[in-house]
Amino acid sequence: MTEIEALELLSNYRDAKLVKGVVSKLHQQITRPWSLMEICGGQTHAIMKYGLDQLLPNEIELIHGPGCPVCVTALELIDQALWIAQQPNVIFTSFGDMLRVPGSQGDLFAVKAAGGQVRVVYSPLDAVKLAQENPDQQVVFFAIGFETTAPANAMAVIQADKLNLDNFSILPANVLVPPAMHAILSSPDNCIQGFLAAGHVCTVMGYWEYLPITERYKTPITVTGFEPLDLVNGILRTVTMLEEGRCQVENAYSRAVTCAGNKVAQKLIKQVFIPVNRNWRGIGTIPKSGYGLRDEFHHFDATVRFDTGKIKRSESSICIAGQVLQGLKKPFDCPAFGSSCTPQSPLGAPMVSSEGACAAYYRFGRK
Amino acid sequence: MTGNSPEPIQIQGPVCPIPHHSTETIVIGHGSGGQMSHDLIRNTFLKKLGNRYLLQGNDAAKISFQNSKNGQYAISTDSHVVSPLFFPGGDIGRLAVSGTVNDVAMLGAEPSYLTAGFILEEGFSIHLLTQIIDSMAKTCQEADICIVAGDTKVVEKGKADGVYINTTGFGLIPPGREVGGQFAKPGDAVILSGTLGDHAIAVLQARGHLGFDSKIKSDVAPLNKMIKPLLESIPQVHTLRDPTRGGLATSLKEIACQSQVSMLIEETAIPIKPDVQMACEMLGFDPLYMANEGKVVIILPERFAVSALKILRTSEFGIHAMRIGVVLKDEPGEVHLRTTYGTTRIVDMLSGEILPRIC
Repeated sequence: MTEIEALELLSNYRDAKLVKGVVSKLHQQITRPWSLMEICGGQTHAIMKYGLDQLLPNEIELIHGPGCPVCVTALELIDQALWIAQQPNVIFTSFGDMLRVPGSQGDLFAVKAAGGQVRVVYSPLDAVKLAQENPDQQVVFFAIGFETTAPANAMAVIQADKLNLDNFSILPANVLVPPAMHAILSSPDNCIQGFLAAGHVCTVMGYWEYLPITERYKTPITVTGFEPLDLVNGILRTVTMLEEGRCQVENAYSRAVTCAGNKVAQKLIKQVFIPVNRNWRGIGTIPKSGYGLRDEFHHFDATVRFDTGKIKRSESSICIAGQVLQGLKKPFDCPAFGSSCTPQSPLGAPMVSSEGACAAYYRFGRK
Repeated sequence: MTGNSPEPIQIQGPVCPIPHHSTETIVIGHGSGGQMSHDLIRNTFLKKLGNRYLLQGNDAAKISFQNSKNGQYAISTDSHVVSPLFFPGGDIGRLAVSGTVNDVAMLGAEPSYLTAGFILEEGFSIHLLTQIIDSMAKTCQEADICIVAGDTKVVEKGKADGVYINTTGFGLIPPGREVGGQFAKPGDAVILSGTLGDHAIAVLQARGHLGFDSKIKSDVAPLNKMIKPLLESIPQVHTLRDPTRGGLATSLKEIACQSQVSMLIEETAIPIKPDVQMACEMLGFDPLYMANEGKVVIILPERFAVSALKILRTSEFGIHAMRIGVVLKDEPGEVHLRTTYGTTRIVDMLSGEILPRIC
């Protein structure tokens, strides 16, 4: 596909007439208030960027989910990253978003400013290449992200294994969506009646994992994409199910997602990773909600290679990131929002990433 | 996997990391041209060096000499540290001349003289330096300006990245001309001279950061030849600003604050090349924040908008000029953007360094 063709395809999913058509159907159908959660930070960002929330009927409340990997990465993992990045002869590589997330003491930008070798990479395979090019240095990749980034992270480990690289490791930090949905729905404070599932995650994993969730919690789920038309469609289909009293999983992103997902990618993930308990910033430990390395790839685990056991962590309790990440509060409910907490001096992770709910609210002016 | 964990999760209380303000050391975001740069300038430079010239807050300072009958002068300085030194559509030499020429032109001045200071790293190729100087000479000719003083310093290997160039520009503001960021008025039209983000994406591409091939070229160019006929025909122009680091969003926000007005920008009117748009989509960048080196924002009374567009479009650097919005009175300092869907959102300054998103 050429760039022009790709753009034409995109522009169809941004067509104002089509979007407004779906929105007017939504206005006709809705009879009472519904609370929906969009799981993914990319969806929150698009909703704010295009102002889609302003088009929706007042009855719909959108609750912004924990689907921003930067926001939910546990403080201890960030502190480990900061510590490793400060060690001599280490090149610490990460996706760009992660550089500004504050740990207990500073962020990766500050480590870089103090002389640490911190580099932004666009793919974990770039980190493998760096390791090949710098045999005297230990290259560490901060493997964060949801299921979406897991196949590439797995591929990096497999590549490094094939190349017999003993100077490459990853800091495993992948998190998984279905366990988080389970955590939210089983919380006594839960008020979510329907979900927009994250389209990109489903591209890899399919949506078979959501069938038991819908069944157990009687909550409809719609697999939803990221363009304006995708989003309003996802909302319409979820509301339609709610209005009709149906609890199913529907796929409103069928141009990219099948029920089974990408089996090759899933196989790659299984080959390298195993589900482990993981601590989510602001939510707590969720069982089997992250990927750790399998025993046979243990030696690629940066926490094993570097003695990260003694790192102390400390969090204060100024901001309400935890409640925002669970959808219990809106960013503007926080006393620090927009005053002492802004994207250039974030108090909480949701203000850091462009996909974080607080940053999206701040940037696009929701008060 | 969810079926195996029936226990409700005990959700912990609110958490928050200790804030990190980066006030003790310089971090890369201080050079982004956005909010962090502004804070550094206000808190560190203006505190000690502030005077009525610096406090004008424009790309160039307006100065005058006693007994001068010729009007006022504009002076501006800029250091150029681009990496790589050569990129599609330009190089550090063309950038060093154009950047300063444009800053001087933004006050309505006609740039005439430049100075150039070079910081060279030990081991740097003289062949490459010659290419850079050639490019500077060509750009000077194009802008009809000459370099009248210069300086070279060499630092040890590893203490610089090849070559850094500082240029200072000087130009006359013809009598009666009043152009500046503080003069935008409610009712004015906002014009943008062309497409956004070409320079930023070209440089990212040259760094090998795009991960795919594109034909995007930097827009780096001296704009004084395009601006001169515009100001001669329409002396009523209120504001000119080149949206370089920090992009269009940061420039508009600065003007709104300086002039104590607000703006409403139409998203659909903003020109963006399809391949730049695509690169931004893939990397998660917003073209509104991407750097430009050959574009200008023009704010002028609405009644002159059509003829201004006509004049701009006769220049090769203004072919894609568009009227993108309007200046308003309410909510001074705010910039709003109306989307394709008729919804609006606030446009803020770039906060730190632009970071590619994760997925």
